[in-house]
Amino acid sequence: MKSLLPILTVIGAILLVWFVAVVPMNMHLTADQAQRDGLVVSPETPAERQTYSGLGLTLKNPSLIGLTYGLERPRLPSPHQVGAEMWDTIFEKRVTSRRSLVYHGWVTLSATLLGFAIGTTLGILLAVGIVYNKAMDMSVMPWAIASQTIPILALAPMIIVMLGAIGIQGLFPKSVISAYLSFFPVVVGMVKGLRSPDAMQMDLLRTYNASSAQGFWKLRLPASVPYLFASLKIGISASLVGAIVAELPTGARAGFGARMLVGDQYGQPLVTWAALFAAAITAAALVGLFSAIERMTLRRMGMQAT
Amino acid sequence: MPTVAELAVQSLGAETPDAAHGGQVIAARALNLTFQTNDGPVHALKDVNLTINKGDFVSFIGPSGCGKTTFLRCIAGLEAPTGGEITVNGMTPDEARRARAYGYVFQAAGLYPWRTIGGNIKLPLEIMGFSKSEQADRVKRVLDLVDLAGFEKKFPWQLSGGMQQRASIARALAFDADILLMDEPFGALDEIVRDHLNEQLLQLWARTEKTIGFVTHSIPEAVYLSTKIVVMSPRPGRITDVIDSPLPKERPLDIRDTPEFIEIAHRVRDGLRAGHVDD
Repeated sequence: MKSLLPILTVIGAILLVWFVAVVPMNMHLTADQAQRDGLVVSPETPAERQTYSGLGLTLKNPSLIGLTYGLERPRLPSPHQVGAEMWDTIFEKRVTSRRSLVYHGWVTLSATLLGFAIGTTLGILLAVGIVYNKAMDMSVMPWAIASQTIPILALAPMIIVMLGAIGIQGLFPKSVISAYLSFFPVVVGMVKGLRSPDAMQMDLLRTYNASSAQGFWKLRLPASVPYLFASLKIGISASLVGAIVAELPTGARAGFGARMLVGDQYGQPLVTWAALFAAAITAAALVGLFSAIERMTLRRMGMQAT
Repeated sequence: MPTVAELAVQSLGAETPDAAHGGQVIAARALNLTFQTNDGPVHALKDVNLTINKGDFVSFIGPSGCGKTTFLRCIAGLEAPTGGEITVNGMTPDEARRARAYGYVFQAAGLYPWRTIGGNIKLPLEIMGFSKSEQADRVKRVLDLVDLAGFEKKFPWQLSGGMQQRASIARALAFDADILLMDEPFGALDEIVRDHLNEQLLQLWARTEKTIGFVTHSIPEAVYLSTKIVVMSPRPGRITDVIDSPLPKERPLDIRDTPEFIEIAHRVRDGLRAGHVDD
């Protein structure tokens, strides 16, 4: 638990900056609201207030600072508002409810995991092909790299629409986007891992007259495991981003992405922020899970985690 | 004890007819190997003639670039000569490799970090299709041979460098090949560990009666271990002297202080120096 103190320090610093920033960010909205509620605000007209910066207005109306933390539709919600919204939508709602973040989280997570499984399988197969087949070695890698230079935000709606046109809807199109983002780190890591045995290791197998398949199962594959885990940790978070992006522009009705969009469109920043944080926590949990599996596997294999 | 003058010296370039008797394990005739590099051809081996008999402990010594490792790799079928011929157990090196005629020990132990010591020794046995019970028996036997009994379940990183190299020797012994090829196996170890391992290697050789080809750049190591010392020199890689050692089979470490030992070491050094003047 040595890492706990630095982590808490960073979180504390972020919260502090956030708390301080809430005041000037929300001051104009707060002043408008206060005036409607009959409080004295200076300057007196919204047009005049627009000539002030958030900070300037705060200095003119220090009595309104407390109110900036309690707006219903703030420009920047305060941490406790986001926390309350998350508590409400995660723990207080039935998980089958459309207002439950657990429900939306599961929608996104299931697409993420399916896409991750597809992407990882594809990545490993491509890597094996690249290592064992000269033609694939020359041809696949440039395309794999090119595929990652296309902005996913532009590509995602096209894939969803095209798959929808041939009758494929729901989970699978989102998984395709996830797989599209997650196969790449797996290809790169696995190629490096499968090629990590040095010339001496390969010579040793030749002195045993080992077959190519034996070389793969006994040397190349186990040697690639540490590389694979490094890739999986990048791949799983890329998968989650892919699933969320796939939900954003396509009118999806459920999932973290849909939730963020709804919050934006209906002027409910708390909904957006809660979904954003829930997604971040999900990503952290997934990466943490794979780190734990990595440690366990490498320890069982006799290799210390790096 | 014969003096150096009385040592049997094998004439170079001329293979005596009686060398072709049944005890002959490795025979190279007019062996040449040229590597094509970006800087032009490199003559790694030039007209190498050598016969190694069953039970010999042959050391190859010379400065780097003299072709000693290349020659060992030719015996192992890991390099293909560009001229001349070489037989191992009467077969081509590649046939001998496929018949699993030799165990090869590299300069680095090269143990798989994800396998235990026992698992590493099982590697060739799994590849060669030994039964599970046979594998277990053999692991136990070769671990005893290299004095590592009880370390079967340890992982490589839990062992010292010298112990790792002993495990790699055990791995090479596990499938009972008659020939053991060793490419500077103790080169990366410190002097004290090296002395100890040399002593153990001699005992192991006496017990197993294997034919050993041993590449080294240490004169004392070559003289202490070998029944036959092959002195090589670089550019082009060739044999400049072959010394049949008169030392007895039983060799305590302090044999290195005897006049006979020092005389042979002198002759090796002279051979190395002569090769050096040439280029």
